[in-house]
Amino acid sequence: MANIIEGLKYTREHEWAKIEGGIAITGITDYAQSILSDIVMIEPPKVGTQIKAGDAVGTIEAVKAVSDLFAPLSGEVIEVNEKVVKEPAIINRDPYNEGWIYKIKVNNPSEAENLLSAEQYKELIAGH
Amino acid sequence: MAKKTPFYDKHLEYKGKIVEFAGFFMPIQFEGIIPEHNTVRTGVGVFDVSHMGEIEITGPDRIKFTNYITTNDVSKLAFNQLQYSAMLYPDAGIVDDLLVYNLKDRIFLVVNAANTEKDYEWILQNKKFNVEIKNLSDDIGQLAVQGPKSEMLMQKIVDYNLTELKYYWAVETKIKGIDVLLSRTGYTGEDGFEIYMPAKDGLKIWDIVFDAGKEFNVKPIGLGARDTLRFEMRYCLYGNDIDKTTNPLEAGLGWIVKFDKGDFIGRDSLLKIKESGLKRKLVGFEVIEKGIPRPHQKIYADNNEIGFVTSGTFSPSLKKGIGLGYVGTQYTEPGTKFYVMVKEPILVEVIKGPFYKKGTHK
Repeated sequence: MANIIEGLKYTREHEWAKIEGGIAITGITDYAQSILSDIVMIEPPKVGTQIKAGDAVGTIEAVKAVSDLFAPLSGEVIEVNEKVVKEPAIINRDPYNEGWIYKIKVNNPSEAENLLSAEQYKELIAGH
Repeated sequence: MAKKTPFYDKHLEYKGKIVEFAGFFMPIQFEGIIPEHNTVRTGVGVFDVSHMGEIEITGPDRIKFTNYITTNDVSKLAFNQLQYSAMLYPDAGIVDDLLVYNLKDRIFLVVNAANTEKDYEWILQNKKFNVEIKNLSDDIGQLAVQGPKSEMLMQKIVDYNLTELKYYWAVETKIKGIDVLLSRTGYTGEDGFEIYMPAKDGLKIWDIVFDAGKEFNVKPIGLGARDTLRFEMRYCLYGNDIDKTTNPLEAGLGWIVKFDKGDFIGRDSLLKIKESGLKRKLVGFEVIEKGIPRPHQKIYADNNEIGFVTSGTFSPSLKKGIGLGYVGTQYTEPGTKFYVMVKEPILVEVIKGPFYKKGTHK
């Protein structure tokens, strides 16, 4: 059973966002990493880029599959987790903590209302 | 409804991730493709390959007939020896690639799971001479025990002296009283064995193998690692790298085509293709910087589309992207560079031989 953390926001594309003081830390969910399995390469958006919620802003590659990274919120990319770029398997081991991927300085905090709660996300993946 | 192999319950017990593949419920992975891949490269792993098809040809003309439907020369096989081969359509497109075993009173063909029905129909359609043809697939279970420690494991459970069983040779023997066909073969590049057994005895054999393998830390391996392992050895996969639209010469399988053995289906067309010169060839390439090629992506050089990717993955042993693809013959020399259109074009370089060069197969 995939791990889902209370208090985080989720996208339908299986990203999570932790929003605090106008900054969102983002990554992919435990469900996403278990489906992809063996993540071997990750290309997050570059620091300084403006991204728009819902856009494909990066790539995540596993041995057998490739997936887009979708921006959960609009804003400016202010930091990328270089550790997971070097060692993408961290995302498989710890998708919600050490495996965070990048941080966004959020343009419009009310956008978060469009995201799913932990409860809604749980329902989404229960259908899979 | 997909079929279950004799080992289905074991896959569940070992928490395999089950997918439908070629009409069977099969484990795509257990602990993960990369750790499983490494288990086979460094230790020993066990694959359920019961989905593979087995077709038996008996009768006095079995060698003559098998020679007519396949490209390699069956008459060269000693008793209990086997060979890699292919069946062709009259236009030289590939029906399937397969193993041909020359056993006591029978020829035993092992074909790709997705092609079993098609192959069986094809062989029946082309039946001639005095032979009988049977599809035994539903009654046979198959395990592949692969890795540098596979001989030590297997020697514990068979009486036969395995140092005498050479690469691409087989023996009909027993494992704890159960009749099995055992061959020194595999699809991984490591030393290894394939065990064919009555489907009803499958679970018993699984337990015997895993009990004997405890001291070697034996593990079950899924289809995901089966693909990365075969790919690093540059073995072709039917459906990806070869199919009815490709011929064995352009696929680099000229070594299993024996034009001088006499007539076989596809021979005339293939000879014409050979004489008029190949237009494209299957090449292996490595990514120079970053990126992973995937099947169907286009290949470019000199601002022209020169081919397409047939297999692409991340190589767990080399830790970089590798690919196979068909390109125009002027681009096939090792060291040639061209671009694969991933999201953006990535530069790759043609390499010679297998991607992984340290395999322990004998």
